[in-house]
Amino acid sequence: MRDTQTSAVPVIEAKDLNLVFQTADGPVHALKDVNLVINPGEFVSFIGPSGCGKTTFLRAIAALEHPTGGTLTVNGMSPDEARRKRAYGYVFQAAGLYPWRTIAGNIRLPLEIMGFSKAEMEERINRVLDLVELSGFGKKFPWQLSGGMQQRASIARALAFDADILLMDEPFGALDEIVRDRLNEETLKLWARTGKTIGFVTHSIPEAVFLSTKIVVMSPRPGRITDIIDSPLPKDRPLDIRDSREFIEIAHRVREGLRAGHQDD
Amino acid sequence: MRNLIPILTVLAGIFVLWYAASVWMNSTWVYDQAERAGVTVTFAEVIPQTMAQDRPLLPPPHQVGAELWKGLFGQAITSKRSLVYHGYVTFKGTMMGFGLGILAGVLLAMSIVRFRVMDMSVMPWAIISQTIPIVALAPMIIVVSSQMGLTGRDLPKAIIAAYLSFFPVLVSMVKGLRSPDQMQLDLLRTYGASEWATFLKLRLPASMPYFFASLKVAIAASLVGTIVGELPTGAIEGLGARMLIGSQFGEPLIMWAALFAAAILAGMLIVTVGFLERFARARMGVVG
Repeated sequence: MRDTQTSAVPVIEAKDLNLVFQTADGPVHALKDVNLVINPGEFVSFIGPSGCGKTTFLRAIAALEHPTGGTLTVNGMSPDEARRKRAYGYVFQAAGLYPWRTIAGNIRLPLEIMGFSKAEMEERINRVLDLVELSGFGKKFPWQLSGGMQQRASIARALAFDADILLMDEPFGALDEIVRDRLNEETLKLWARTGKTIGFVTHSIPEAVFLSTKIVVMSPRPGRITDIIDSPLPKDRPLDIRDSREFIEIAHRVREGLRAGHQDD
Repeated sequence: MRNLIPILTVLAGIFVLWYAASVWMNSTWVYDQAERAGVTVTFAEVIPQTMAQDRPLLPPPHQVGAELWKGLFGQAITSKRSLVYHGYVTFKGTMMGFGLGILAGVLLAMSIVRFRVMDMSVMPWAIISQTIPIVALAPMIIVVSSQMGLTGRDLPKAIIAAYLSFFPVLVSMVKGLRSPDQMQLDLLRTYGASEWATFLKLRLPASMPYFFASLKVAIAASLVGTIVGELPTGAIEGLGARMLIGSQFGEPLIMWAALFAAAILAGMLIVTVGFLERFARARMGVVG
């Protein structure tokens, strides 16, 4: 008991979380009895086939979906409150940059809405552009950048207002393998430098194992957690760690978890 | 240059057809005259006589051109015979109607996108409004506005022009304001953006390409509306009035010259809107 009191409150805590969508074909159980604790500074991946509720869970944390049962807290608050406190930045599958704004203008968007001063906006834009290694691209328009660079710009946009939590919904899913490897490395660097808590949805096993300190394996119909794996890999991870024994063992366990979830099909 | 050749080819084709049609239509009068005079004319004698009549059924291009030149440059531009003067009157009406139409179209589109009730109640009426022939409606608008004590023809004309030009703006803006996808809307929700901020930062800029596309249609509709507004009103000013005078007094040359002046005005307006659009697109980071 004392231990939980001295350590910080969990960043995200879900207890018996249920989320049912009412559709024309009847109710769909998107999340069933989900229990999960995410602590500060963790890198948590959600992996599973489509329909397993991994994106729904991320959206529920962001208060884009509302649970129909159980409790969900973000920094000890309700997701809606947490949003008002700017607890998280959200990165979508597509970069979704506004084509009529420059890269700097896109990063300025959340800052404008949140009412930062002009001088602070410029300072923050430069800082996050530097963080995602896009310094000097601020004046470019999105179409002048490659897909990978656009996604980096969208990460910068999510970082601009200093949220403690970064939620990423298959951010590199649409990119090719080579670009993806590089962005994975950069994401780890970014995580090490900023110390943020990251929730990361993916359906790539190597990506999940390479990035995470905790891997949440989910399965569909109803969407639920089948396994939670705490990764023993060190924080500092070169790309070739993927050939190591531990890496392969974790990947194997993830695969087993995914297969187990499919047995009832 | 490569674009010019096909245009000139089509133009040459039109001229050939036009001259042929002039000869054919105007020859009736020549043959009638000859019959009354009791002489017979050969076809070779007919042709020159079809080219220079005072009241031809179909004036050949050079006659229209000469009349147009006379109307545009032949007198002081303040003269009541000057097509520049009448063109300016029509231009003024067009711009007023255009402005009014844009305002009405944009405001209606905003409320339709925002309120479902408006979508269900206003949109069908907006569509129905365009099925009523404007020629039938124009005199009523003028009568009603004079009944309401509005003297002068400027406002009723502008209303008629706006009646035609608001519609393309409305339809395009509804589509444009609804063009942002769910992900873009979700992104703003994660920032806790207000509805007004969502409108200003996302919906409005996203609708701009739709808006400018609709302006070209709207300005042409506004010009047509203004000319129609000048027809039944006993107006003595404007290209529409000029056309009416030409037709009532049996002066086809005046009518045709006014028609071409209107076409030139339409061309200038559309080119201007095109420039505006290109300027706005460049500002918004789009090339080409």
